[in-house]
Amino acid sequence: MALQDKYAELLTTAQTHGVSNLSVAEKDGVLHVSGTAKSTADYDALWALYSKLDPNMASGDLMMNIDIKADAGAQLKVTTDSTNLNIRSTPSTEGEIVGKAAHDELVTLVEKTDDSWWKVRTAQGEEGYAYAQYLSPM
Amino acid sequence: MKITKMTIAAALMVAVAFTSCKPKDSEIKVNVETALKADMKMASTMVAVNDGVVTLSGECTDAECKAKCESTAAGVKGVKPPVVNNMTVAAPVVVEQAPASMTTELDASTQQKVKDGIKDIPGVTVEFSADKAVLSGEVTAANRMKIMQMLAAAKVQADVSKLMDKK
Repeated sequence: MALQDKYAELLTTAQTHGVSNLSVAEKDGVLHVSGTAKSTADYDALWALYSKLDPNMASGDLMMNIDIKADAGAQLKVTTDSTNLNIRSTPSTEGEIVGKAAHDELVTLVEKTDDSWWKVRTAQGEEGYAYAQYLSPM
Repeated sequence: MKITKMTIAAALMVAVAFTSCKPKDSEIKVNVETALKADMKMASTMVAVNDGVVTLSGECTDAECKAKCESTAAGVKGVKPPVVNNMTVAAPVVVEQAPASMTTELDASTQQKVKDGIKDIPGVTVEFSADKAVLSGEVTAANRMKIMQMLAAAKVQADVSKLMDKK
């Protein structure tokens, strides 16, 4: 029960912000939370809350896997620090680079292959897999 | 009868005095929303204003928050009491029985995902124990957030106790 209390504010905030498919389960001393946030702003707000409730997020007692709503055809912004994002032929860094998208450029989502790699298409028509960490739904 | 400039000026002043005393509904709405946004828990409240009467709707985390939304709104200039509080209190989140597997096995491809995730973050290294990724190094708060988000997306359990704040 203690973990639910520790993260109570985060859980209810996820609810009031309309996170869909919200699933919460506790296993082996870790609270697992998953769902889909409506926007990048909501996603960022939940992570900021995690950091507030668990300083430096160092306890290792929360696994929060919230993704951000983006359907095929959605525009995504490239959020690398400043470098180009590689578009690859397969969803791994072993994949051959078939294109690049610049920092701040918009690409179109083709498919969310898994939580780490998404298939995208650039404005130049290059299609392939890019690391999801650097893609932000608009 | 000549209407003197003085009379027109006086009339204008009276008109201005009246309008500046009473905020418009749109102004009240903005001011109530701004006051509520000060607290993240109240920030998603929906506000409607009609003739100075404020109606609140939306979901609140608990009864305390619902009351706070109401008192915050009531304190805004121009709001005619009472505030109509139609907010609902969210039911507590149900915690379920854990499904079979919620973290990914630390096989070669998952380990590669983690390594890929920290590739562009300077000063971080990762080692893999039986069931956890152990990260070490010095990172900025922003990069720490990136690492945690990347680990969550890969569903990898991690030990970040050796991740220090970059001075």
